[in-house]
Amino acid sequence: MFKLLDGPQTLGRGKIFWSCFLAVLAGALIYPLFADSYDVGNFAYFLIWIFMALGLCLMWGYGGMLSFGQTFFFGIAGYGYGVLAINMGGGTATIAALILSVVIAMIAAGILGYFMIWGGISGIFFGIVTLSATLVLAFFLGQTAGPEWHIGPARLNGFNGMKGMDPLTVGSFDIEGSALYYLMIALIVIVYVALRILVNSSVGNVIVATRENPQRAEMLGYDVRKYQLLTFVIGSGLAGLSGALYTSWGQFITPSSIGLPAAAMPIVWVAFSGRNDLTATLVGSFLLLFGFQTITVYSQQAALVLMGVLLLATVMLAPQGFVLGIGRLVVDWWSRRRRRDEAPALADAGRLQSDET
Amino acid sequence: MSAELFSLFYQFADVFAFLILSAAGLAIVFGMMGVINMAHGEFIMCGAYVTVGLVNLGVPLPIAQILATLTAGIIGMIVEYLIVRRFYKRPLDSLLATWGLSLIVTQSMLLIVGSAVRGIGTPEGSFAIGGYTFSTYRLVLFGCAVAVLAGLYIIFMKTRFGVIARATMQNAAMAKALGARTGRIYSISFGIGTALAGLCGALYAPTMTLIPTMGATFVVESFVTVVIGGANVLLGTAPAAVFLAMIRMALNAGYGQIIGQIGMLFAVILIIRVLPEGLSSVLVRRGR
Repeated sequence: MFKLLDGPQTLGRGKIFWSCFLAVLAGALIYPLFADSYDVGNFAYFLIWIFMALGLCLMWGYGGMLSFGQTFFFGIAGYGYGVLAINMGGGTATIAALILSVVIAMIAAGILGYFMIWGGISGIFFGIVTLSATLVLAFFLGQTAGPEWHIGPARLNGFNGMKGMDPLTVGSFDIEGSALYYLMIALIVIVYVALRILVNSSVGNVIVATRENPQRAEMLGYDVRKYQLLTFVIGSGLAGLSGALYTSWGQFITPSSIGLPAAAMPIVWVAFSGRNDLTATLVGSFLLLFGFQTITVYSQQAALVLMGVLLLATVMLAPQGFVLGIGRLVVDWWSRRRRRDEAPALADAGRLQSDET
Repeated sequence: MSAELFSLFYQFADVFAFLILSAAGLAIVFGMMGVINMAHGEFIMCGAYVTVGLVNLGVPLPIAQILATLTAGIIGMIVEYLIVRRFYKRPLDSLLATWGLSLIVTQSMLLIVGSAVRGIGTPEGSFAIGGYTFSTYRLVLFGCAVAVLAGLYIIFMKTRFGVIARATMQNAAMAKALGARTGRIYSISFGIGTALAGLCGALYAPTMTLIPTMGATFVVESFVTVVIGGANVLLGTAPAAVFLAMIRMALNAGYGQIIGQIGMLFAVILIIRVLPEGLSSVLVRRGR
């Protein structure tokens, strides 16, 4: 199975890449030993959003489905975690709340995805239907301020958001601070490796084939709708994981993390990074989140304007994404120096064409 | 009895006008170029701000509304020239580019203008039928929506520009080969689309609070109308608006605005399962 870690669908292979990967991982693991706990908490906060970005990368870059609904599933799981954690009481039950809330988000993705994919919605309409659902959820949650809007003891609280749920807890040990940080690192490594294996497996090849040409993939005997639904459910489930972790991290969630402009953020991260590659998305999203957080301290509006500028600049100057573009340049330069075999270059050439459509 | 009937019609007209006015501009741009303008809400916001700004300077409301419509149209043509033009062959990228623009505009407005601007009240005037009182301005809005549809019918069916525009819509390469300047047609169509967005903002400006994020109030309605309407404004958007307005009206009356909106969304999701290409594909096929 680990042979699938390296394949034509992912950039970065061989000893050098994985040595770098291990070096970064080692750096991330010893980081809390040097930094103060506030910075560690901040880093954990950036890492929360990575899942959402990786999910969108899978759907959009690999599956060709541009979903604007990442924050929809983020919100469902985020509120789901809150409601479940409050209702089931804290303690170890919060782990169950985390898992259940992600499952709820995946079920929601399955239902919405069924109607869209079996209805033959694709391209632009896929984006605007998912965005409509997202905005309606945000509007709905925004007007649940009254005391009649509650699920068990959990008040939805309208625009001020839901609070008072316990953080993730095992026994009497709260997973906070550096424990949460290590949990995030572990989850990201698992998700990243699993997604690499998925996209390089035969299922992943069908997903990419469907992106390239749905009719042709169908003629080859695959029910492309099932593969698209699978991609959508996994990608949206990852957004749900981000949502549940977010609620548990800050012990609150508000509708503003669902509606505009929050819904645009995953699109900016993934477009800027390079939607066609998981590693580029991972690195780029982290950099953007870091930069965004740094500027937000001074002015949230300025940070959002910058995000808009980045999105516009990306589609106008580097539709493939900046991080991916720079990564490719480095790889090209490296392989030209080493006069390596042509196979990777061929695989990349095939992927370059995909964006013309 | 007739008062109840009129009240029903009034509620229908209110929702219908909202759907048509917010969706018409988006539908034209989508129908002609296959591009969804994600900054549609920001053009609506632009129309509203220009209207209120001019009224506060002492310009009469109707003239301010016309000027706001023109402003949005001109800004739209500039945006088309600078940005949208490059993406006609990459519709998904046009979505992203206009969304980037939308983020820039909304947040810059928040930075520059601040969150709230002194509004102008809804024009006075109401009339009573039976035991009910109705606002005249809401009926004016309905009249404007019908006028927009009529105007589009005349522009696209009765003028030379309309013939060329429809030819471009059907087969751009062929129209170009026959001498139509498709680039200019696109530019004008985009201008009409954003002008209609500006009109929507101008008309609703007196009825709502002006905030830079107000565009978001309109985009859901405009998106879903265009999604089930499909590519044809007259044969798609208009019947879609009638249909959605009926659902919305029934739910609004019984359960309130937000349930109305949720119900509309559910209806749309159910409809796309059956009619993925929108109502206009069915109606156009029947018509042939």
